[in-house]
Amino acid sequence: MSPTRRHVLSALTGLTLLAALPARAQEFITVASTTSTENSGLFGHILPIFQAETGIEVRVIAQGTGQALETGRRGDADVVFVHARAQEDKFVAAGWGVQRFDVMYNDFVLVGPAEDPAGAGPATTAAEAMANVAAAAAPFASRGDDSGTHVAEMNLWSTAGIRPEGGWYLSTGSGMGATLNTAAQAGAYALTDRGTWLGFNNRGPLQIVFQGDPVLFNPYGIILVNPEKHPHVKAEAGQKFIDWIVSPAGQRAIADFRIGGEQLFFGSAG
Amino acid sequence: MTAAILPLTLDRAGYAVGGKPLLSDVTLTVPAGRRLIVLGANGAGKSLLLRLCHGLIEPTSGRRRWAQGEARPGAQAMVFQRPILLRRTVAANLAYPLALRGLPRAGRADTVARTLDRFGLAALADRPARLLSGGEQQRLALARAWVTGPQVLFLDEPCSALDPSATRIIEEMIARFSAEGITIVMTTHDLGQARRLAQDVAFLHRGRLIEHQAADGFFAGPQTPEARAFLAGDLIW
Amino acid sequence: MESPFVTAFTLMQRADPALMQIIGLSLRVTLTAVLIACVIGLPLGAALALARFPGRGGVIVLFNALMGLPPVVAGLVIYLALSRSGPLGTFALLFTPAAMIAAQTLLILPIVVSLTRSVVEDLWAEYRDQLLSLGANRLRAVPTLLWDGRVSLLTGVLAGFGRASAEVGAVLIVGGNIAGHTRTMTTAITLETNRGNLGLAVALGIILMALTLSLNAAAWAAGQWARSRLG
Repeated sequence: MSPTRRHVLSALTGLTLLAALPARAQEFITVASTTSTENSGLFGHILPIFQAETGIEVRVIAQGTGQALETGRRGDADVVFVHARAQEDKFVAAGWGVQRFDVMYNDFVLVGPAEDPAGAGPATTAAEAMANVAAAAAPFASRGDDSGTHVAEMNLWSTAGIRPEGGWYLSTGSGMGATLNTAAQAGAYALTDRGTWLGFNNRGPLQIVFQGDPVLFNPYGIILVNPEKHPHVKAEAGQKFIDWIVSPAGQRAIADFRIGGEQLFFGSAG
Repeated sequence: MTAAILPLTLDRAGYAVGGKPLLSDVTLTVPAGRRLIVLGANGAGKSLLLRLCHGLIEPTSGRRRWAQGEARPGAQAMVFQRPILLRRTVAANLAYPLALRGLPRAGRADTVARTLDRFGLAALADRPARLLSGGEQQRLALARAWVTGPQVLFLDEPCSALDPSATRIIEEMIARFSAEGITIVMTTHDLGQARRLAQDVAFLHRGRLIEHQAADGFFAGPQTPEARAFLAGDLIW
Repeated sequence: MESPFVTAFTLMQRADPALMQIIGLSLRVTLTAVLIACVIGLPLGAALALARFPGRGGVIVLFNALMGLPPVVAGLVIYLALSRSGPLGTFALLFTPAAMIAAQTLLILPIVVSLTRSVVEDLWAEYRDQLLSLGANRLRAVPTLLWDGRVSLLTGVLAGFGRASAEVGAVLIVGGNIAGHTRTMTTAITLETNRGNLGLAVALGIILMALTLSLNAAAWAAGQWARSRLG
């Protein structure tokens, strides 16, 4: 066979393979998770390690926490991996999930324009920082999408005794990244998880203006969707993933994920 | 040849749209083997009469009768003032009515080749039909009408868009069809053409057939004042 | 920020495997959807042009309106149908390329049907007497009219392709944007935008546009050729 013909043949074969994609008859599970974990790049780091160890492919659908739990409730995912403790407990209590495991945490930070016009930085608590933003009527970009981050933000407003409304309050109704893009453009404050923030590359004038209050602690939990509700759930493979991620190996993989030398998530299992 | 479908008889046939009569009370017999030219002013109903005979429209009153029940397409054909040629080659246009008739592919090619030869279209066989000249298009339309072996051919102003040389070719073809025994029913607004081709004349006035006789008699002495005025070149309404 | 054009060029030159896989999936999903929409939509549109039945006007208006169906709504409909809790849940098609093909087919079908109906209706007005005279009936006229309207119909098919390859709302919902599995050009652009990688997002957009442009250029050339060749 001439080299040219071989080229043509291999090109054709390549095209056919592309067209036949994905023909892998590999075992896989579907995990409904949050935009914060996906956008930060965490899954890109830890999933190949898990797959190398077990041969199980993990397909991640990144949604808001509310939507991810709904995906699990409908039986469209085998495992949910989210961060909104109260909703997670309700999910398990209602029988949609088997059991919740602590996996890791990161924290929320308040980002805003570097010059901090509302004076949120000097506050002593997160609620006070938010109250300062509201008092100055400085623009604030909110997720507004029932996600874990949005729930945390609403808790802070309620602690501060403030009902956020008015021209300064921008409810984007979209994911963390889209909200940060909006905030960067509008020079607005926003509450974000640290992981997304560190992985985010379009910060514009934004920087962290407030952090460190223990209430900003952001724990992630993992739950197997109840096979008694949805018999098709791949309980065995799903449980294997949960067992791995809370095991020393999984926790080490999480700790090893860094951006610019900074650790994004801290294992909390065990 | 299959059973003769002629004569064609219209028995008090009328055609009305929305209560407005466009053809009224037409009684006419078209015998086999003649060349009938339908004359009349614009809007007199010439085209409508042809479409009614051909079966494109149904009479809203009266009847149309063929010698053999309803004449199937193929036994009768029609050529329009502006032929609609399909967006394919000349040969494919000729094969199309044969395919409609369920002729097997092999037989089609044979008939198409013979027809192309006969109509002097062989050199154009692979040309796109839509890119032919007006005269060539009309020649192809005649060939397409002829290819299924019709007993009667309706022609609606077939030369009105053509130059004199193309018109002459078409007239020669019509004369040859007639010589082969195909009955011709044709409209024209060209009186010279009517004199050259007509054996019989039917004269329409405002949707009514008011004169029908042999051509010699009609041109020598029309019986109605309307036909006399028409031949004299008056505008009549 | 590096120029997105440079990024786009570098990505293509490297034949980045992840990118190639995303491009392959995008083309496979959209072209399959276009194909299915044509197989259903061309005859359906032609039938709608030629058939006369009570309620025909309503059906035509419905298909015209469905051309404006928001992709997110199409996605939601397919999502609810294919979800494990939905009527077709047992087939386990949600979050697969098949689901994305279904959603895009739903988006394209009204375009193909409406444009086919319009083209065939106009052609039928022109061809009716001639075709009936030659011995065709309405049913037999359908393939003839589709073939003679092929150049105009190609425009409709391209419009469908454009809508499908450009949309993100439907494929994101029913595909889930799973890396290496259901990530397409548009969902990848969304993801990179959310990561703040605007340069990379624009670069992907440039590549998508280049693909769409080449495909349209090829179709246009084919149309021109057919016109000159067959009138």
